[in-house]
Amino acid sequence: MERPLTSNIHPNRPALTLKEYEMTGGYAALRKVCSGMSPAAVQKLVADSNLKGRGGAGFNTGIKWSFVPMGDDAPHPKYLICNADEMEPGTFKDRLLLEGNPHQLLEGMILAAYAIQAEVSYVFLRWAYHKAAEVIRKSIQEAYDAGYLGKDILGSGFHLDMHLHTGVGRYMCGEETALLNALEGKRATPRAKPPFPQISGLFGKPTIVNNVETLCCISHIVNNGADWFKGLSYSEDSGTKLYGVSGKVKRPGTWELPMGITMRELIEEHAGGMKDGVELRGVLPGGASTDFLTTQHLDIKLDYKSVAAAGSRLGTGTMIVMDSSTCPVGFVHNLQHFFAQESCGFCTPCREGLPWVEKILWSLEKGEGKPEDLELLQMHTQLLGPGNTFCALAPGAMEPLQSALKYFHDDFEKHIQHKKCPYD
Amino acid sequence: MLTATEKKEIDHEISLVPFKKASVIEALKIVQQHRGWISDESVEAIAAYLEISPAEVDSVATFYNLIFRRPVGRHVILICDSISCYVMGYRPLRKALEEKLQLQMGETSADDRFTLLPNVCLGCCDRAPALMIDKDLYTDVEPAMLDDIFKKYT
Repeated sequence: MERPLTSNIHPNRPALTLKEYEMTGGYAALRKVCSGMSPAAVQKLVADSNLKGRGGAGFNTGIKWSFVPMGDDAPHPKYLICNADEMEPGTFKDRLLLEGNPHQLLEGMILAAYAIQAEVSYVFLRWAYHKAAEVIRKSIQEAYDAGYLGKDILGSGFHLDMHLHTGVGRYMCGEETALLNALEGKRATPRAKPPFPQISGLFGKPTIVNNVETLCCISHIVNNGADWFKGLSYSEDSGTKLYGVSGKVKRPGTWELPMGITMRELIEEHAGGMKDGVELRGVLPGGASTDFLTTQHLDIKLDYKSVAAAGSRLGTGTMIVMDSSTCPVGFVHNLQHFFAQESCGFCTPCREGLPWVEKILWSLEKGEGKPEDLELLQMHTQLLGPGNTFCALAPGAMEPLQSALKYFHDDFEKHIQHKKCPYD
Repeated sequence: MLTATEKKEIDHEISLVPFKKASVIEALKIVQQHRGWISDESVEAIAAYLEISPAEVDSVATFYNLIFRRPVGRHVILICDSISCYVMGYRPLRKALEEKLQLQMGETSADDRFTLLPNVCLGCCDRAPALMIDKDLYTDVEPAMLDDIFKKYT
């Protein structure tokens, strides 16, 4: 089984230096592109590979790039931004790529910037990743010194500058338009779309924002071709995927596996199954803002389409397991506490609705819940659902709530009947 | 007033963006790095330097979780309260922290040694529960480990 993104990453060893990365074939893709591949050809290759954005949205990366204005009339500078904010609770996959093989990311960024002819690039890194910040900063300098960044890269006439921006902590920064506002020194509130960032992004210029894992795939696609990338997968979504499991399993962790392995294989084989004494009750398959799946879904393929067909989202592919010793109401309360706190406060339903949901869940946990509370919660899943808020934060928050009300309804009822949390 | 060092560092950030105002987050980070927190005077000094209003600076300063608008202790303890840590033992860990330090969340010890704050996901969910002190990350933390951990911080 091929693991192109992680085969050179050894968690207990320091990050690969530029020299070590070159010895594993690093920067060959950039040499190939600089020696005569057109930006349009790179865009087409990536579109043909059917690489879909690994940050959660799952949109075809090459097609996303194709919306950027090209040619002499295009506004400049254009920007290429790596979204390394990774703040979705339960998500820890990009950390591995950032800390383990930073030049793989940098090469992907340079290739992506070439494909859209961007002059400036940023790594937008979450504040908590201090180790990653150190290795990215050092790697950017190494890339400048080697002529992979700066003026006239490898004699191609292409120029690119790269900067590291470390955040100051706010979940909203992961939303691409809010990230742009943060980079401009503003509050990280989302922007209206259209215009899409591809047309008017950072400082009003054409901008692409791609996730770390997405960008790490690019050099491998350039080296090995679109068909090779498709062949890595077990499903119609191409490539490998970094899957993660946290919660009460025997071996929590991150693994690069063919796209489309089953949830059963991931949890039972790679994560070693549940810890002794607890059973699996539910799974958030792609981070805190995805709908619960349960034991009846263990055999679904973990790709974008199959997880959507089961009523959830692949999201980031890093799953949180809820076990039989954990109260579903307390679990969902914890999630809603997070979303209420991290709401940017810009639009009313999210700002007012999420704290209300959090308070209702807390009253249930304390044994002060009333039967009508469940209807109120149900109502909020509609009121804060898609179409009623400015961005996807509140609808995302409602996903685990609505599915918890569906799959764990008895637990909610018991809190009201017994006037206490049955798990205490 | 900003110091010469602060100004020099902020100038570098200004050189990377199309207009001064865009470096306000970096300016806040720089001043906090030197002074530990952002006072009203710091807000005003940054505003004057970037030629924007203090209200604009404060709107940004109060938006982000890791810009401190109140003094903090010499060491800031951030305990992750997000979902994976919640499942894996955040609650007993928080209780132990509060009892050992005799602090509630958001408080600073009388000797200014520690400030205790809740924090969102630290991105090490496979090694939960986690906490961070200054820039040091601690994973798979059990209450019994706290005394040893604290010894590093004076």
